Amino acid sequence: MKKIAMFALVSALLAGTAHAQDKVTITVAAFPSLDTSIKAVLPAWNKLHPNITIKLVAQEFADHHNAMTTALATGQGLPDVMAVEIGYVGKFAEGKGLEDLNKAPYSAEQYKKLFTPFTVAQATSADKRFIAMPTDIGPGTLLYRKDVLDKAGVDPAQLNKSWESYLAAGKVIKAKTGASLINTAQSIYGVVSRTNLKAGEGIYFDSKNNLLVGPDNARFLRAFTLAKQVRTEGLDAKIGEWSNEWYDAFKKGTVASQFSGAWLTGSLESYMAPDTKGLWRVENLPEGGYASWGGSFYAIPTAAKNKQWAWEFIKFMTMDKSQQLAAFTINGAFPALLTAQNDNIFSQGVPFLGNQKARVLWRDAARKTQPIDVNKYDSVADQIVNTELTNVLEQGKDIKQALTDARTQILRRAR
Amino acid sequence: MQERVPLPTSRPRRRWSYDRFQQRAAPYMFVSPFFILFLIFGLFPLGFSLFLAFHLWNPLDGLGNWQYVGWDNFKLALGAPDQFWVSLKITVWIGLLSGVPQHLIALPLAFVINQSLRRWQSGISTILFLPYITNAVAITIVFGMLYSENLGLLNYALSVVGLGPVRWLAQPDLVPVSVAVVVFWRYVGWNVILYLSGLQAISEDVYEAATVDGASKVQKFFYITLPLLKPMMFYAFTLTIVGNMQLFEEPFIMVGQAGGSGGAALTSAMHIFNVAFRDLDMGYGSAMAWLLFLAIFVLSMINNYLFSRGGGRQ
Repeated sequence: MKKIAMFALVSALLAGTAHAQDKVTITVAAFPSLDTSIKAVLPAWNKLHPNITIKLVAQEFADHHNAMTTALATGQGLPDVMAVEIGYVGKFAEGKGLEDLNKAPYSAEQYKKLFTPFTVAQATSADKRFIAMPTDIGPGTLLYRKDVLDKAGVDPAQLNKSWESYLAAGKVIKAKTGASLINTAQSIYGVVSRTNLKAGEGIYFDSKNNLLVGPDNARFLRAFTLAKQVRTEGLDAKIGEWSNEWYDAFKKGTVASQFSGAWLTGSLESYMAPDTKGLWRVENLPEGGYASWGGSFYAIPTAAKNKQWAWEFIKFMTMDKSQQLAAFTINGAFPALLTAQNDNIFSQGVPFLGNQKARVLWRDAARKTQPIDVNKYDSVADQIVNTELTNVLEQGKDIKQALTDARTQILRRAR
Repeated sequence: MQERVPLPTSRPRRRWSYDRFQQRAAPYMFVSPFFILFLIFGLFPLGFSLFLAFHLWNPLDGLGNWQYVGWDNFKLALGAPDQFWVSLKITVWIGLLSGVPQHLIALPLAFVINQSLRRWQSGISTILFLPYITNAVAITIVFGMLYSENLGLLNYALSVVGLGPVRWLAQPDLVPVSVAVVVFWRYVGWNVILYLSGLQAISEDVYEAATVDGASKVQKFFYITLPLLKPMMFYAFTLTIVGNMQLFEEPFIMVGQAGGSGGAALTSAMHIFNVAFRDLDMGYGSAMAWLLFLAIFVLSMINNYLFSRGGGRQ
């Protein structure tokens, strides 16, 4: 209580000085390509607040999060506004170094309904602190090459009716065109393991910290079995993501489909395969699965110096419709703000996708995506399960044995 | 009295203190930057990591929010199915794959350069030394392109001879080999330089005497060069052991943080980094770092023992 009173006092003083037209600089730490979104809206901010300078500190993705981890551990060198990516937001939420935005003077409870529901849950800790405001999201969809499917005579609806029909389509595509169905069998595991989760379940742990991985869990069994099937039938190209082969496959159309967030379309268009414009389409994930692929948030460290302006800036980035749309059009950052998603731009076709009205599809996918519980041992579980999956795919390890071993190993580490 | 007192006390004191400063304090001041830096960046982290090895600490909880767990972190790492053992095995395997050929090739190569190619020695040394000083990121990117499955030069060369594409950086049992090749290539020149400097410390007289006695080149190598080179070999072996056991950047950049397909090139140093900075389990990471130190220490001691038993090192 004392702290809040103190803070209110400091805020009031700060506000007072601001009115006196004093110059204030706030530091915003971000990673690529979120920094592009920030740069895109800076002119508008400067016009609105000419005395509040934004100092943008952008580091590489991993460097940024490592630097923020160190800063939070020691309380030194913290920015006023901290960008956090989805892969880290769960961990940062469980720590104690970020402001709880539910509390005054932020009182963010009132704003939560403005955002895509699942993304608010992602930034909420187990003890219900709300540590970051969502800015962009990555609705998951299935991207496919229309020309390859046409050549193989495969109906696109067959790709997402069920996993069985997806694999069957893959066999036809492989036989008629020689193209692989998917880059790697691991991707199948990735989608199956993170879709159709029951309420209160995370990918690896449930909300009560019980480990879900094991030979008796239907979701993991199915994910492993389907991945194995894809590999045995020779339907995957055995190509890792973010490799030269991956980009090459996009350019040449040697891989027919790819699961990803909406942002991949932008990456394909800008640098991965700009010449394939018009050849791609998107549709929902198989079996009515909805998942999110990425997302970014803004948080305020408890030890930040200019919390008041940090909060103003965050509100400007996340709740101002025109700024959300600017980040979307310039940087392809899919808005987390619902009103931004209702803009006219969403009913327009996407030229890269042959003018398909993909944004509506992404929007629906985002709204149907259920919140997934995060756990601080997710990264431990993720690595262990993926290693076991490789053992199954590459060395013919028995699936049930692999899941049993994974379970044993995760339980040891999740203390 | 009052007039005489200030003079003798004030003047000598000033001169005395300056001298004292010059003689006693100044040297310490001049060497202090090293000690201050060593204290901050050397000794403190060392002590802190030893402290953390006995605690459970998530850095995001901030300093002070640690929980004493005794030997739990060590027990966890040494437990049978733990990734620490797997990563140690991978590290040793890559270390052997890259380290043994390094010395088997560097030693004869240095001998040949020293014997027959003296005129071009400086040029050759420079070329051999280049990989050692080249940026690891640049190296791994270039090798990444060579190893590339569909677009790489290596597989192109194989396809010319009619052999199928090899998944250099994807097939779990091939990944350590691919990484070892890069490590070998990077440090072989460094070892040649070490051996060359060792060879040049051997007096020509010994070789001349041997020539007079009718010794062949091979005999000279095995009976003169090798025994006299033992101290340098000990030094080079030790450096290889220490360096290879801490292997990090080459596999990290080549196959990624997770160690590539199924973690096939996840070395101990990478695993420790992941545990500490990705999983944010600083205590467990620190405990493993100390265990890795212990492993390096034991291997160095074995190396030491083997050399001293051979009589090459006093």
